[in-house]
Amino acid sequence: MSAAAASPPAIAARGDAATARRRPGTLTIWRWELRKLLSQKRTYLGLSIGMAFPLLFVVAQNLRQHHGHEGGNIFFAQITQSGLATPVLTLLFEGAFFLPLAVVLVAGDIVATEDGNGTLKTILTRSVDRGQVFAAKALAAFTYAAVAVFLSAIVATVAGVASWGFHHVTTFSGSVVPPGEALLLVFAANACYLVPIAAVVSIGVLLSTATRNGAAAVVGTLAITLVLALIPVIPGLEGAKPYLLTTEYNAWQGLLRTPTDWGPILHSLWVCALYAVPCELAAYLVFLRRDVAGG
Amino acid sequence: MPGAADAVSEDETQPVRARGLVKRYGEVTAVDHVDLNVRAGDVYGFLGPNGAGKTTTLRMALGLITPSEGSVELFGRDPLRCGARALEGVAGFVEAPRFYPYLGARKNLQLLAALDGGGARERIDEVLEIVELTPRAGHRVGGYSHGMKQRLGIAAALLRRPRLLILDEPGTGLDPGGMRDMRQLIRRLADEGITVLLSSHQLPEVQELCDRVAIVDSGRVVYEGALADLRRQGGAGYRLRTTDDALALRIAAEQPGIEHASPGEHGVGFQAEERAVGALSLSLARAGVGILSLTPELATLEDLFFRLTEGGSSDGAGDDPVAQSSARDAVGVG
Repeated sequence: MSAAAASPPAIAARGDAATARRRPGTLTIWRWELRKLLSQKRTYLGLSIGMAFPLLFVVAQNLRQHHGHEGGNIFFAQITQSGLATPVLTLLFEGAFFLPLAVVLVAGDIVATEDGNGTLKTILTRSVDRGQVFAAKALAAFTYAAVAVFLSAIVATVAGVASWGFHHVTTFSGSVVPPGEALLLVFAANACYLVPIAAVVSIGVLLSTATRNGAAAVVGTLAITLVLALIPVIPGLEGAKPYLLTTEYNAWQGLLRTPTDWGPILHSLWVCALYAVPCELAAYLVFLRRDVAGG
Repeated sequence: MPGAADAVSEDETQPVRARGLVKRYGEVTAVDHVDLNVRAGDVYGFLGPNGAGKTTTLRMALGLITPSEGSVELFGRDPLRCGARALEGVAGFVEAPRFYPYLGARKNLQLLAALDGGGARERIDEVLEIVELTPRAGHRVGGYSHGMKQRLGIAAALLRRPRLLILDEPGTGLDPGGMRDMRQLIRRLADEGITVLLSSHQLPEVQELCDRVAIVDSGRVVYEGALADLRRQGGAGYRLRTTDDALALRIAAEQPGIEHASPGEHGVGFQAEERAVGALSLSLARAGVGILSLTPELATLEDLFFRLTEGGSSDGAGDDPVAQSSARDAVGVG
């Protein structure tokens, strides 16, 4: 170190009240959270999961000879008639597991990875409050989730349209929608799907904060969603179905009816809030009060 | 919260003030009623064996962990109540400094500068230069040696232009040259008016740099005060060789002001104030005992450290006279 260098610049603050610190805002921390995510491998792993499924789906359908009414879903019949059926079908399939997996890979790690690196103490001894750091982290996890969902939708739409063209589609209620409107509906459906995904992210963030272990948080969150998905199958528990987070994975389908069925969408808003808000609140309180003793 | 923070009176003269700090983990008391008084301009040594509770105390000072009891204030602001505002003008690290291993040094500093606000970003080149990491600034920190991370830790602290620098074992992992440079840097920072709280178990480092020290053992402060006073107290030992050591020992034992007179291989050892030593020499002369030599034995910091942390027994001061008097001082401070 050049401590002994001749007349080095002064390091100490010398009554520079004029340059008194302006405290950084939460959005600044959020931007750096995103930059950190961009530098980590698991971010790309999650995004790849979200993008690989639509590609596999399109390849498989291109290789298939016959297309019929499998599963009673009207969009299956339209696979080869309009590329815009593809993003609807991939959201239907991916939405149950792969997209929650993709988003929870990051949400479950967002606090725990700092515990693992010991960097929580590094950022908590700067000029930002704990609450700001938590808000930025939760916001970054939501941002990433939205990116993962829409990236998957974009890949599905582009691959579908490239294979089968940009044509009108028939919705669940049997009405024919022109391609432009259908594209908007695909966008809106993915936006609706972000509501239950936000709840999944919140569970992931809570487990990440509480367990301080990324793997435990990821597996834990997926286990919770799996249990929720199994509950309506258990005899006697069918009545719980409307209040399960996993049921809300399909609320977006209300958009693909004419007239639009807002019922399931509004229902999903408050049901998902019942999961998301307490989780975020608990995670916030844990983060605010916890001892940062590691690292 | 901001209202409460504003109501706290700031005290620029008292960079660190801890009162009755306690941290318990279940049955274990890691920090046991620690009082610290770091004054502006101090290079304050925080000494103690491994596991004595130094790092836990520093974590509480920085607001990273919540005390079980007691409080700590930085420039009059409690990190628990004031949050990041309490850390204004404060920088440093506890245990090894940690960074994002997948980012380069410069990128790490850019991130931290963004979390500091103000003009921290403009100082990145300067602080990298100070710790001589400029040529490696683009490399991922994951590949750094321990010593390089330690230097980066200093750089990250200096970004904040601190008035109080808290350093936890900054010399760990540095080679002798690196340690010398680190000492010179700390000395230079202190000369520029930065208050330094330096936790260490490297006694030569503390002896060279610090003017005031706190010595902790098993979570308790066994001494707090000026290093010079500690050495004076510990150094008030004498060794006496006479023509009749047995008689000299008897006289010494009866002499007021002479304590702990004991026979030894090289004469009689005792502890006393200077005035009592003068009186003893007269008593010896009157009794016809010739003095061959009477030498003061100055204790090194190392002697005192071991006397306080090992000889002092786990329940604090024990029977050791030095530890007893200094424990009284520690309680009496402030």
